[in-house]
Amino acid sequence: MTKHKREAHSLTAASPGRQAWSRLLQNRMARIGGFLFLGITLTCLFAPLLITSSPEAQDLAYGAQPPSAKHWLGTDSLGRDLFARILVGGRISIGVGFAATLVALLVGVTYGALAGYIGKRCEALMMRFVDAIYALPFTMVVIVLTVTFDQKSIFLIFMAIGLVEWLTMARIIRGQTRILRRRPFIEAARVNGSGHIRILLRHILPNLSGQIIVYTTLTIPAVILLESIISFLGLGVQPPTASWGTLIHEGAQKIDDAPWLLLFPALFFSLTIFSLNFLGDGLRDSLDPKETIDQP
Amino acid sequence: MHRLLIRRLLQAIPTLWLIATATFFLLRVAPGGPFDEEKPLSTEIKEQIEAHYGLDQPLYRQYFSYLGNLLQGDLGPSYKYPGWDVQEILLQAFPVSFELGCWALLVALVIGIPAGILAAALHHRHAETGIMMAATAGICLPSFVVGPLLILTFSLLLGWFNPLGWTYPADRLLPAITLGLLYAAYIARLARSGLLEVLTEDYIRTAHAKGLSQRKVLLGHALRSALDPVVAYLGPAAAGLVSGSFVVETIFFIPGMGPFFVNGALNRDYPVVMGTVLFYAVLILLFNLIADILQMWMQPRTRHDEA
Repeated sequence: MTKHKREAHSLTAASPGRQAWSRLLQNRMARIGGFLFLGITLTCLFAPLLITSSPEAQDLAYGAQPPSAKHWLGTDSLGRDLFARILVGGRISIGVGFAATLVALLVGVTYGALAGYIGKRCEALMMRFVDAIYALPFTMVVIVLTVTFDQKSIFLIFMAIGLVEWLTMARIIRGQTRILRRRPFIEAARVNGSGHIRILLRHILPNLSGQIIVYTTLTIPAVILLESIISFLGLGVQPPTASWGTLIHEGAQKIDDAPWLLLFPALFFSLTIFSLNFLGDGLRDSLDPKETIDQP
Repeated sequence: MHRLLIRRLLQAIPTLWLIATATFFLLRVAPGGPFDEEKPLSTEIKEQIEAHYGLDQPLYRQYFSYLGNLLQGDLGPSYKYPGWDVQEILLQAFPVSFELGCWALLVALVIGIPAGILAAALHHRHAETGIMMAATAGICLPSFVVGPLLILTFSLLLGWFNPLGWTYPADRLLPAITLGLLYAAYIARLARSGLLEVLTEDYIRTAHAKGLSQRKVLLGHALRSALDPVVAYLGPAAAGLVSGSFVVETIFFIPGMGPFFVNGALNRDYPVVMGTVLFYAVLILLFNLIADILQMWMQPRTRHDEA
């Protein structure tokens, strides 16, 4: 871009949203991450149209076979096509990722915004509760919750994960709401006679949207990771349903004679996490340049 | 200092009570009980066993007796390992997990801090980008991918290490790397950004102006305050190492707390699950306190904020 053009660009006074969008597009890693994640998600979504062999079709005569023209990524010990299994497993992993993030989003934003808006004793009490659960490792809490929910259904697994991941969201949203609450425009709205619910929905929430978008993007990979960990430990998705976690678990047990069973699911998994993290980092840089997180 | 200790101690009590209460009721809501075998026990036997463990009592009474025992430091008997108390299981298995965690933390610090310093020293060069890319990759590669890959490379292809087990000193290395790598990546990021921030301060310019070498400025003057975020991160890192070790123990067949906790969860062994959760909660609160004290010691500036 020439200098002249850039000046013209800044004179047109783009909206904050458009400015953030153009900053995001300039970030090469975020761009790559975004396209990669979109590609993987769409491939998994349209898996039934792409794969020729059913992920459940067994071919016991051959057993685990290395990649070939017929089975691009090889087959597992029951002769099932690995590519098909990865794509179908990806639908579970990514699906759980989105669903659990939605749960975390709804609970976390509501809780955090209410706590930050109400303030005083109530806020302190609400945040003490969050701190108490925060004192435990997430994996542990999810394991306890999967026991409570009896880990037979995917629905309950993503509920369990969502009910843990909302804590981070609540903390961030509460911090922002506290800052917003003292701003003059909230006072102005109150003077205007707006009710509390209206202020929360019309004035606070839109001002939180940047944070919400960033942490949603960063929560999805955290959720996918958590689901894989509990599936890897045997507490998550149960066979015959497969997620990337269970595929990696199966592969890890057969590394000595069929390493591709580990390598390919691990590759898809890591690429997804990688791309989402880059996208999330890019979004954070473009939407709220000041924020940094160090939550593992 | 004393105020901090007393305040933390007072905060720990409601936190632990909340955790104990939440875990207790969450586990009891769970469908299925500890004595639902695949081959069902006869009703009389099951009732007798449940009576033995007090499971026939009303829930509130079980809750208060559990809390009462807890105050006396008694975590109760395991349902699935007859004759074992939860304390005994913890005493036997936890040292293994703890050792693994310590090695992993060592790996994380030994790799992470030098990598972070190097990246900051080479700011705006290709090497920095390379190190930071590697750090991001490290964050995205979970232990259950790294572990099997390490086994594949170093045990099966090169034959340098045992693939599984916890018998010889050399068995510590692969699990420690597997567990520590993620934290090495985080620490590298924190150390780099911490250093870069400190390097803009006035006293660093003074150090340069009086003619010190870049190396002396970095290591002698900047590092101490630059490591502040790393020290602050040690508390959460310890928490992560604890639960991360469950996965690594499963991969390498290490006899730590992981298998007990996971099997306890699968088999509704309530006392084992609750005991482990509470024990680790105490541990994490302790680690956070240690990290805070360490931070105050290294960074006198934060002492005043605390009071």
